[in-house]
Amino acid sequence: MENHQFLFNFISEYTGDILAGVLIAIIPLALLLVYALVAIYGELKIASFIQLKLGPMRTGKWGLLQPVAEVFKLLQKEDITPDGADKPLFNLAPFIIFLGCYAALSVLPLSSHFAPSGLNIGLFFIIAISSLAVLGIVMGGWASNNKYSLIGAMRSVSQIISYEIPAAMCILGVASMAHSLDMNVISAQQQGGFWNWYVLGGPAGISKIWLIPFTVVMFIVYFVTSLAETNRTPFDVPEGESELVAGYHTEYSGMKFAFFYLAEYGNMFVVSAIMTVIFFGGWSSPFGDFLNSPIWQIFWFIAKSMFFVGLQIWLRWTLPRTRVDQLMYLCWKILLPLSMVCFLAMALGGMLY
Amino acid sequence: MINYLKNIIKGFSTILVGMKVTFINLFRPNVTVQYPNVHPLVRAGSDKMPDNARNKLNVIIPKCTGCKSCEKACPVNCITIETTKVASIDTEKPLMEDGKKRVFWLSQFDIDFAKCCFCGLCTIACPTSAIVHSTDFEYSCYDRNELLVHFSPFNKEQVAEKKRILAEEVKQKAEKALADKQAAEKAAQEQNITDSKIKSSDDQTSANQNIQNNSN
Ligand code: SF4
Ligand code: SF4
Repeated sequence: MENHQFLFNFISEYTGDILAGVLIAIIPLALLLVYALVAIYGELKIASFIQLKLGPMRTGKWGLLQPVAEVFKLLQKEDITPDGADKPLFNLAPFIIFLGCYAALSVLPLSSHFAPSGLNIGLFFIIAISSLAVLGIVMGGWASNNKYSLIGAMRSVSQIISYEIPAAMCILGVASMAHSLDMNVISAQQQGGFWNWYVLGGPAGISKIWLIPFTVVMFIVYFVTSLAETNRTPFDVPEGESELVAGYHTEYSGMKFAFFYLAEYGNMFVVSAIMTVIFFGGWSSPFGDFLNSPIWQIFWFIAKSMFFVGLQIWLRWTLPRTRVDQLMYLCWKILLPLSMVCFLAMALGGMLY
Repeated sequence: MINYLKNIIKGFSTILVGMKVTFINLFRPNVTVQYPNVHPLVRAGSDKMPDNARNKLNVIIPKCTGCKSCEKACPVNCITIETTKVASIDTEKPLMEDGKKRVFWLSQFDIDFAKCCFCGLCTIACPTSAIVHSTDFEYSCYDRNELLVHFSPFNKEQVAEKKRILAEEVKQKAEKALADKQAAEKAAQEQNITDSKIKSSDDQTSANQNIQNNSN
């Protein structure tokens, strides 16, 4: 599978390897920024529509420029570093969180012919790199020298570390069925229609039917854990503004806050993209070979990922925040056993097919 | 174990129910009014306000009897009413809205909306529902004096004219009463010759009452 190198080879023929590498590295960043604007706008609008309101309407037609305006607002704000803060850690934290999100984007195969970096242990890389977010949150919470920040950071760490276990189980389950950790390979295996997606048991023909309940439950488990890992409602206890002001980013303002914000939305996309790759066929078209050219594949990938981002937004405006103990109960007593059982079934499936 | 699984299924299904509710709401027409661009009354398609809306007051002068109940009811004393009796010699014969004869001109009816607290007590006190909340809620202005609204249908000259007519009538009546009194006295003197004293004193008191009434 050297296909993903297509774009890199194409560009480097004209510019040389180093410049091509830089250009390729910019693509996910540009994607992330554009996506963040769309997601923020979508979040504002969906939130308002669910509450029978209109949402932003003054900035541009239907408030389309609202996210841009918010970015400019954040740019203009004073960048405050509290006196008692640990300055280097405090300033570094938002960038580390953002780094985790950006690095995770680098292995996502947008199309069979393009992944910014075609790592053959992509899934493993993503599990590893998403832990960077925890580091950033702890740094931010500790360096702020603020009790609310610290409590928020502590909650966040316990939450993310706990939920990483069922999440890893889900990813491993699919990896054992796909016999691969390469996200491009996993996507390629699911070609040929939605029937071959791993959420419906994978590409094993009719005999895989007994697997379907397990894979569906596995998908739901992964979806729930992904919500927790991105600190989204109903699992946003680290930010819980009714208890902790704003949690670990209480003391942040201006551009550094914007990075936290961007990372949150970026992480939403990353977990949605992982979900797309491991359960919903990645870039492959849901209709077999229909509309399955490399360009269309980018469309499918983004559309599927955005669907899950939308689902997360929808859930956010449906459910209230969970209590901390309920959060832990859900993780250790429900999601973990469920994912274990499903993992066993999927491992068996992986051995059979 | 059964309970545990039941719990999971229940939790999951209730989340689905919640999602269904929000999904339906996602496509329901929104209730926001783009206020400065679209007036809420225009959007509602009528001049209907919520039942308890307490906006700027309006006085329907043809209904107002000038009883001053509203002035007394107002907790912040922002209503100022001055009435002038309708003179019987006035050529204008004003009627109330319900067809009855008007007794008082409203020579002054001012409400100071800078003071008004929109409690609505005046509207409750009014016996003829002449003072009511209108549908106008946007009357901010740059000069506080603009908030002192005059509801009286008369300007200063007209008020002066009405007062003059009334004074004239009072004067005429007083003259008439005086003339009556003199005539009565005359008659009494004439009668005194024949009748007893008691009767003449009776006449005098009734004449006095007459004068008092007229000057009222
Ligand atoms: S609404 Fe209340 S404050 Fe305003 S004029 Fe009437 S009685 Fe006075
Ligand atoms: S209470 Fe009604 S009728 Fe009486 S003076 Fe006030 S507005 Fe006129």
